[in-house]
Amino acid sequence: MTKVTLNKKRVISDKVFKIGATVAGTYVLVVVVLMAFQLISESYPIWEEEGLSFITKTDWNAVEDRESFGALPYILGTLTTSAIAMAIGVPLSIGIAMFISDAPAKIGGPLGFLVELLAAVPSVIYGLWGLFVFRIYFRDWIETPLHNAFGDNIWLFSGNPYGLDIITASVILAIMIIPTVSAVSREIMKAVPQQQKEAAYMLGATKWEMFKLAIFPYSKTGLIGASILGLGRAVGETMAVTMLIGNATGIGAIPSSLFGPSQTMSSIIANEFVEASPASIHMPALIGVGLILLLIAIVINVIAHLLVTRMLKIKEGAINN
Amino acid sequence: MTALTTNPTSMEAHPFASPEPSSTIDTKYKMIAENVTVSYGGIDAVKNVTMKFKEKSVTALIGPSGCGKTTFLRCLNRMHDMTKNAKVTGKVLIDNTDLYSKEIDPIYHRRKVGMVFQKPNPFPTMSIYDNVTAGLRLNGVRDKKILDEIVEDSLKMAYLWDEVKNDLKKSAIELSGGQQQRLCIARALAIQPEVLLMDEPASALDPIATQKIEETITELKNDYTIIIVTHNMQQAIRVSDYTGFMYLGDLIEFRETKKLFTDPKNELTAKYVQGHFG
Amino acid sequence: MNSIQQRRQEYRSLFKQNVAKRLLVDKAVKIIVFTCVIVAIIPLGSILVEVFKNGITAISIEFLTETPGSIGSGEGGIGPAIQGTLIIIGLSSLIGVPIGVMSGIFLSEYGDNTLARFVRFFNDVFMEFPSIILGIFAFLIIVLVLGHFSVWAGAFALSLIMFPIVARTTEESLKMVPMTYREAGTALGLKKWVITFRIVISAAKSGMVTGIMLSVSRIGGETAPLIMTILGSSQFFSSLDTPMDALPLRIWRLSLLPYDSAQLQGWGAALVLIMIILGINLGIKYYFMNKKNGFFGQLIKQRRNVTK
Repeated sequence: MTKVTLNKKRVISDKVFKIGATVAGTYVLVVVVLMAFQLISESYPIWEEEGLSFITKTDWNAVEDRESFGALPYILGTLTTSAIAMAIGVPLSIGIAMFISDAPAKIGGPLGFLVELLAAVPSVIYGLWGLFVFRIYFRDWIETPLHNAFGDNIWLFSGNPYGLDIITASVILAIMIIPTVSAVSREIMKAVPQQQKEAAYMLGATKWEMFKLAIFPYSKTGLIGASILGLGRAVGETMAVTMLIGNATGIGAIPSSLFGPSQTMSSIIANEFVEASPASIHMPALIGVGLILLLIAIVINVIAHLLVTRMLKIKEGAINN
Repeated sequence: MTALTTNPTSMEAHPFASPEPSSTIDTKYKMIAENVTVSYGGIDAVKNVTMKFKEKSVTALIGPSGCGKTTFLRCLNRMHDMTKNAKVTGKVLIDNTDLYSKEIDPIYHRRKVGMVFQKPNPFPTMSIYDNVTAGLRLNGVRDKKILDEIVEDSLKMAYLWDEVKNDLKKSAIELSGGQQQRLCIARALAIQPEVLLMDEPASALDPIATQKIEETITELKNDYTIIIVTHNMQQAIRVSDYTGFMYLGDLIEFRETKKLFTDPKNELTAKYVQGHFG
Repeated sequence: MNSIQQRRQEYRSLFKQNVAKRLLVDKAVKIIVFTCVIVAIIPLGSILVEVFKNGITAISIEFLTETPGSIGSGEGGIGPAIQGTLIIIGLSSLIGVPIGVMSGIFLSEYGDNTLARFVRFFNDVFMEFPSIILGIFAFLIIVLVLGHFSVWAGAFALSLIMFPIVARTTEESLKMVPMTYREAGTALGLKKWVITFRIVISAAKSGMVTGIMLSVSRIGGETAPLIMTILGSSQFFSSLDTPMDALPLRIWRLSLLPYDSAQLQGWGAALVLIMIILGINLGIKYYFMNKKNGFFGQLIKQRRNVTK
């Protein structure tokens, strides 16, 4: 008899344990659903007011009775800064991953750790450094000469170089995505089977040719995934961008030159959220911007994870069966 | 088993270092391994092995698994460079220049040495055609007509041509395991090496393909110096002119194949070829 | 048709003697990729040097303990910010760690089904959500409902950043515990939750602690979600239902002020923040450098998963 009750007790307490674990596990799903619901319902007034033109309009006016909001400049600002950050950060990261995945552990380990430490630096400190150190050098050594040489002829370099602009914010973003992209890329390159590298070396390939023959084709998907993961980081990054992008609003925030100020989706939220009144449609407009940002982030990260996971599955799979 | 333990010091003179008969005067050695020792993290996997490989001959390396034959074979193409903790000492001369010399990049030598690995390792994202021509493109051969010709020759020699001639653009991983291995052989042959190293190339193949590969080896002998690692003694007898028997990292005996199998001089070799252990 | 031997000779003669050139290209690539590493490390070096160089001049006992002085005066300190950061880290951990650990247990111990794969995937994606969105969410369901800014809202927002990291590292650590440990427990007739807490978790402890510390270092520097939840304050902590200060918020506010003295105080606050965060990171690294077991490699991998 006692044995039976003991078993029963065990079943019950273990069931409770299992339920508890399952609830904690599903917490993330609940949060995601609730978050989407909250953002949709709380931004509803702006969709009601502006409809889909909220996405295509460029106005941004919070003055009472003349309220008019359009998110286009900030969507473009986010896309532009992220694209430039990718263009700078991804090649650098792939280079770093190549060096570290191939270097002897004694050199690669510490260097890899240093690069990863970049991820530990808080965003706001990037902002502070960008604002008071990097911006000054960048403006005097790069922006001004470029502007003086090409400013009149090439629109990219027009605009008065002040340092609080698209290119400064983008370069800082590039630095911030390097640890993510390089660490994932390195793992993916390391996942390429040794036999593939040997096949290339057997043919008389140099190290660089080995990368071209064996590593890049094999890890292409994963490297794209790693880059998209970096894109996700860049799109969501807030503080450093807010401190460096110049914080223009409305039509003035539409990216026009590398040296012009702009605004991203996350930076306009950071700048204006606390001052917006929940009673006006200013706050729904900001939440609407947040909703668009969330959707973009979800799409980017889902794609990135599918690519990276697929790559690591191929690694375990049977190409060399 | 203790009786089988070898005493390396007793063989320092390498009595079998060059295959008999050594009287043939005009024999040229294509490749010479001198006092090669390979250690992994301080443990010797190959101990002070010296071997000379005659031009246009087939040499088989046999021995129980873990005897160091594959490790030794990989030394002949500097494949240990990528292995962490591996340390190679000694010399490997190809046409009398040292593969391990610091002055000359191993790439100069690897061009002359083709290698086929135990597991097929085609480049999975490339087509059959691109796999075969990968090494040629590295060497600056771009002429489409020449490439086509070499692809055909190489695939024919690897006995794969008839099966794939109509879809050379097909991805290499769509082939069966045996076909992949033959593709790897074709890829190695395409760079027109002078030495061919094969690490149990038939272990992934069915008997018919194995037979065909053995025929290829016999044909290639007219032109190539071939060194093949195998644990199949019958295969060694069928294809090789010389056989080296390795045990626990030592080269125990290295002679003409026929003599080694019919009249082994070493007790260990005798026990191994008679199938007493393996 | 020529014999195959003749053709081979012909083919060989077509090969270009291009090795020297290719080796040169190879060397150039080596230099380029090494330059990439240097280019990435320069900003890190510059950030650390500037923060230490500028920050150290601002640091004093008063600076670390007093409330901020009047704007632009350069007086006062960042006492409330340091206090606030410690409080918010503590509260977020209080919410985030248990959820994360239990979620990790779910993924590791009951993780072989569709729901778990779904959870794992969403967990990974959620980890990459822009943190400012989490701030908006906390604002909507706590600040807006309560009608005032509150420490709870901030702690909740940061716990949302924390728990997926803890869940993933916990899962990885638990999975590394050999199955035989669990089987031994079952053979002794122990209940599953006892096995999990007493045997499995104690074996996986160091990996889990690493994950928790990393998530702490991550939230310690978070700014965006705090803007709309705890708002910032120049007073010491009074209650959980009022605004509170935190180091990242203080740094941001100071950087916006047009005074050199404010900028200097910003560097000082940055120094304190970076000491806390780098301290945690280097501590973890050092701790595992000195552990000579097989765990090391795996734990570094977890680190990477987190940095992902």
